[in-house]
Amino acid sequence: MSTAEKAAKVPSEAGGENGAAGAPRRGLAARIVGRVGGGAAQVVLVLIALFWLVPTLGLLVASLRSNEDNAAGGWWNVFTEPAQLTVGSYSALLDKADFVDSFWNTVLITVPATLLVVAIASLAAYAFAWMEFPGRDWLFLVVVALLVVPVQVALIPVAKLYGAIEFGGFQMFGSVTGVVLFHVAFGLPFAIFLLRNFFAAIPRDLLEAARMDGGSEWTIFRRVIFPLGGPAIASLGIFQFLWVWNDLLVALVFADTEAQPMTKWLQSQMRQFTGNIDVLAPGAFLSLIVPLAVFFAFQRYFVQGVLAGSVK
Amino acid sequence: MKAPKDEGVPPAVTAGGAAAVAEPAPAPPRERRGRERLTPPSWLALTFLLPALVLLGFLVVYPIVYSVIRSLFDAPGDSFVGAENYTGVFQGRDNLIAVRNTAIWVVVAPTVVTIVGLLFAVLTERIRWSTMFKLVVFMPMAISFLASGVIFRLVYQQDPDKGVANAAMVAIHDTFAKDTSYPGAGPRGGDQPVRAEAGGVVTVDSFAAGQSALVPLVKVKPEYLPQDAEPAAQPPPAQPGQLSGTVWFDFTKGGGGEPNAPNAGESGLPGITVEAVRDGKVVATATTGADGTFTMAEVPDGTYTIRLPADNFTAAYRGAEWLGGTLITPAIIGSYLWVWAGFAMVLIAAGLAAIPRDALEAARVDGATEWQVFRRVTIPLLAPVLMVVLVTLTINVLKVFDLVYIIGGGDPNASVLALEMWVESFGGGNNQGAGSAIAVLLFVLVAPAMLFNVRRIRQERK
Repeated sequence: MSTAEKAAKVPSEAGGENGAAGAPRRGLAARIVGRVGGGAAQVVLVLIALFWLVPTLGLLVASLRSNEDNAAGGWWNVFTEPAQLTVGSYSALLDKADFVDSFWNTVLITVPATLLVVAIASLAAYAFAWMEFPGRDWLFLVVVALLVVPVQVALIPVAKLYGAIEFGGFQMFGSVTGVVLFHVAFGLPFAIFLLRNFFAAIPRDLLEAARMDGGSEWTIFRRVIFPLGGPAIASLGIFQFLWVWNDLLVALVFADTEAQPMTKWLQSQMRQFTGNIDVLAPGAFLSLIVPLAVFFAFQRYFVQGVLAGSVK
Repeated sequence: MKAPKDEGVPPAVTAGGAAAVAEPAPAPPRERRGRERLTPPSWLALTFLLPALVLLGFLVVYPIVYSVIRSLFDAPGDSFVGAENYTGVFQGRDNLIAVRNTAIWVVVAPTVVTIVGLLFAVLTERIRWSTMFKLVVFMPMAISFLASGVIFRLVYQQDPDKGVANAAMVAIHDTFAKDTSYPGAGPRGGDQPVRAEAGGVVTVDSFAAGQSALVPLVKVKPEYLPQDAEPAAQPPPAQPGQLSGTVWFDFTKGGGGEPNAPNAGESGLPGITVEAVRDGKVVATATTGADGTFTMAEVPDGTYTIRLPADNFTAAYRGAEWLGGTLITPAIIGSYLWVWAGFAMVLIAAGLAAIPRDALEAARVDGATEWQVFRRVTIPLLAPVLMVVLVTLTINVLKVFDLVYIIGGGDPNASVLALEMWVESFGGGNNQGAGSAIAVLLFVLVAPAMLFNVRRIRQERK
């Protein structure tokens, strides 16, 4: 260390703040630059945050204005004319039976698809993590490989397959069941991957103790693994919920008008864009408010899920 | 395999947060027989796996095989056509645009999103409200591409009075650029002192230093007349070596008034650029004041025509045509960035937090600047995370459908392969052979990512 650096060390220590932050010795000038740089970063980040919020805000405000007002000028006009705000578009939309039906279809598709993925994947993940069978590692690598398969590759074959399933007046193609099963199948690789890694981290002693107590595998799964897997299962559940709730493509192919979720219904309204912002804006906002609420309520698990299984 | 430890369950095992773990009974002494009894039979493992394997087999693995075979047959699926469906992907204008756009997406979107995510992750390290910031940027990840599409259709509306993107562009443009312009204005028809030329207006007569020019214009739309315009005045007397004049709206409200003279009740046209021209060369310029008058100081000897160049009459800046042919793909990628930047940021921020402080401090102690530390220490240590982000985004980008479908609104200029696949097979193309070929192509394109994942997992296992 040169004498100059030694000299620089003194004021920096006297300053205290740097020492506390564990930063290396820095001269006064460097500290001022750091402060100003920090200030600039603050301003830039505030602007970016606003930039990220404005589009959604625009949708919300547009959904709260009449069609005439939206046609006459931008949503920011409400800042000068707050009287424009009205829930008229919402009440009109909620009076449309087909929209309300599509909302329930979204629920009917999303909830079973989420529960089934959690149940089926945790069974499989337990087998991969704690049971032994020939070809286990090989099979798990296959599951990992399936993580990235694009849904596009399955649309035509599964449509044909569903078309062939028909009994007692029930048709798989076009039904809620068909959409749910497709989502479950494509959710499984990620789900198994995420849960297996989590289950595998459970201490071996715990399992062996339970096994030696004579607990059956089913009991161990139910009483030990499933409860211990809580955080991972929560992450997975939220992920799958959002993925299915937000899907458009699968519904577009496999759901008929009776079974269509909100996304497909909204898509069918897109053709007259700008003419029917009073339908699209509140519809889109209602479709995103549930995922947004789930996200804010469980964001910790959501972020964990993203970190755990980033490749999908 | 790790050897099992001694009896008893360490108290730390409930770290997972589970309270449901029954009180651990003391484990019996370990024997060979006990060890065997502990391993459940293979058939039991298979029952646990069965539901997953059935679904994956029928709805994921079998379809891959089927698609490959189907892609070799024609539209009705009757006759074998070999690779024709694959070559077809690269033929025809719409298909080629889809291929080109997919290439643009794959090259641009993951890189831009990763760089922006890195930037955000680094910037948020310096602020106290980073959790708040991350929440805001991450939020669009929870929103469907369909809703994001509707959101950005609103943002990108062409009319700057409606679309916030163009409203912002116009506001910024008008802050920095000349914003007074009189679209549609021009000389009166017939034998007049001024005439239209190349989008601008020139005087018929020539003027010399010390003279004054009158430039009457008509057809000025009232909405373009600035608030601060004052009644037109006579040209200020020109001193020797100067040229002066008036540009005004030669129209008296309610009629009357003498043509080609600035009468009472006629308005000056402020903010107009005026040029003195000889032999096509501009020798002096001036800008009109609120009453429409201008004075050019120090005009050399000789005679000049007075010209009002065309940019005085161009339509006002109205922002970009976001959803037009050229900008539509960049515009949709912009909305993709809005959705996915939070993902890249969160992953990279986690990577940054995992970098050992010692490495950074050591570099700083050695006298490295912050930039050098970032470039030579942080980035190499982050490389594995950046790689995972890039690969994930690339896979995702290849599959991007909803955003293009919703924002593009069926415009073939916006199309990508994932959308083309749907259009060919279900959206009216009615050719599942061609659709299968595109699907298989997408599958082949993600195959490297598949290998990347498998290798990563195998390495982790070792």
